[in-house]
Amino acid sequence: MATAQSTSMLPDELVDSGRASVVAVEAVHKSFGAHKVLNGINLTVNRGETLAVLGRSGTGKSVLLRLIVGLDKPDSGSIRIGGEDIAGLTIDQLGGIRKKMGFLFQHAALYDSLSVADNVAFPLQHHSKELSKSERSDRVSQLLLEVGLDGNLDRMPSDISGGMQKRVGLARALALKPEILLLDEPTAGLDPISSREIDELILKLQKERQMASIVVTHDLFSAKTISNRLALLDQGNVVIEGSFEDLERSDIAFVKEFLKQ
Amino acid sequence: MSDLAVTAVTANGRNAPGKRAMPFAAVSASATAFIGDFFEWFGNLGIFFWRVLRAGLTPPYEWRELVRQLDEVGSKSLPLVALAGAAIGVVISLEARYSLSRFGAKSMFPATLVYSVIQVMGPIITGLVVSGRVGAGIGAELASMKVTEQIDAIEASAINPYRLLAATRILACILMLPLLTIAADACGLLTGWFAQALVEPLSFHQFVESGFKGATFNAFLPPTFKTMVYGLIIGLIACFQGMRTRGGAEGVGRAATNSVVLASLFLILADVVLVKFILVVFP
Repeated sequence: MATAQSTSMLPDELVDSGRASVVAVEAVHKSFGAHKVLNGINLTVNRGETLAVLGRSGTGKSVLLRLIVGLDKPDSGSIRIGGEDIAGLTIDQLGGIRKKMGFLFQHAALYDSLSVADNVAFPLQHHSKELSKSERSDRVSQLLLEVGLDGNLDRMPSDISGGMQKRVGLARALALKPEILLLDEPTAGLDPISSREIDELILKLQKERQMASIVVTHDLFSAKTISNRLALLDQGNVVIEGSFEDLERSDIAFVKEFLKQ
Repeated sequence: MSDLAVTAVTANGRNAPGKRAMPFAAVSASATAFIGDFFEWFGNLGIFFWRVLRAGLTPPYEWRELVRQLDEVGSKSLPLVALAGAAIGVVISLEARYSLSRFGAKSMFPATLVYSVIQVMGPIITGLVVSGRVGAGIGAELASMKVTEQIDAIEASAINPYRLLAATRILACILMLPLLTIAADACGLLTGWFAQALVEPLSFHQFVESGFKGATFNAFLPPTFKTMVYGLIIGLIACFQGMRTRGGAEGVGRAATNSVVLASLFLILADVVLVKFILVVFP
């Protein structure tokens, strides 16, 4: 478990008491029109912990991540990041919290008019203005090296594979040294070898950086490999939460059915 | 309910006795929906404008992106605007010579050309050309970024997309439209004089002296600077259409088309108000 740093988003008393819930989702409801997606969901993620969120397609897993990063607003309930409720914050007020979060989108969402290096440099250009051009360039190279993409700096996103795009997206998400990492289907659409490589990369980063991570995935093997805890969603709520072994021991029909895959 | 409302129509278009249909109710419902959508669109546009204004007026300012957009909107539109202005100059020259000759007022040619180009045609042609080139470009670019989650990625990186993407583009349009209009006016006057000089000897010095005789700044500055409002309309509508896009490639195409159509339409409607406003304020 990581020690509290001076730059931590958590209040000291919370860290000291050991109740280091970096992300707390409480009774959150979210609907799109008549379609109810999340139905009073509760989840917490602690510092240094990786929570895998599983579930069938359309059960609101990605919506949950968008709510946590503030891209969508919940209909009711609260989302606390480092103890602060983000529901009523404006886009600029959310900025301070978002700087502490890294988000890997399902399709990487790289800026298609920028090179790989410029994509990774983008958050640094805006938020680390104290860095000189060469320092920024070094930091970008270091981040790309960390995700195993050395030597691809000048290539455009359209010229690299899906797996490489995910790695670039991950490097961009890590650029501001986040305390919370949100990964939306990090292995979706990748071949088994690339998927395992991404899993190993996430594990390595977790070990080195001790972030609180939430990983939305369909990939049971991946979830088992990279997470400490799993939450299975169905019909907008958490059916079961615990270790992979807890899920395997469960008598709930839906859990059994889900684990058959 | 009127008799019309109880007339049922079968699939082949013939009336089916005994069956009731409600064409009036259906028309009424679609009219209500249309009016609702109309006001909703304006409401959302107002909210969007407020967000952009608030983001644009508060630091940090996105100077680098603004400079990039000034180049994109200004420099890259210059050839097209200059060409359109030049063509308009020739057209007005040909038409004016013919009309003025009929009324024996050929000596009025320089002033007619100058006033027609600078007060009327230059601004509106520049606005429409920029609306087509820049409006479609901004609409399509932002729509494409929206559907591929790039705008969400910008926001998730703690960067305000209203400030980075919308405010810079709208400001670039506002600042560049008057400059492009001056370029279009200059090209129009030059080609208009040239077209006239090919038919009858008229030195450029004579043309300028006669055309601008007795002219005041009030005659030329307001029509040129009213294009800042055109810039606001083009930038605002294109950014709004782009950033609210849904529905993949089809949505991107729709955003680009709507940006051009709506910006051009509102630009022409705004011109009606602006011309009256200028006539009243700068008589």
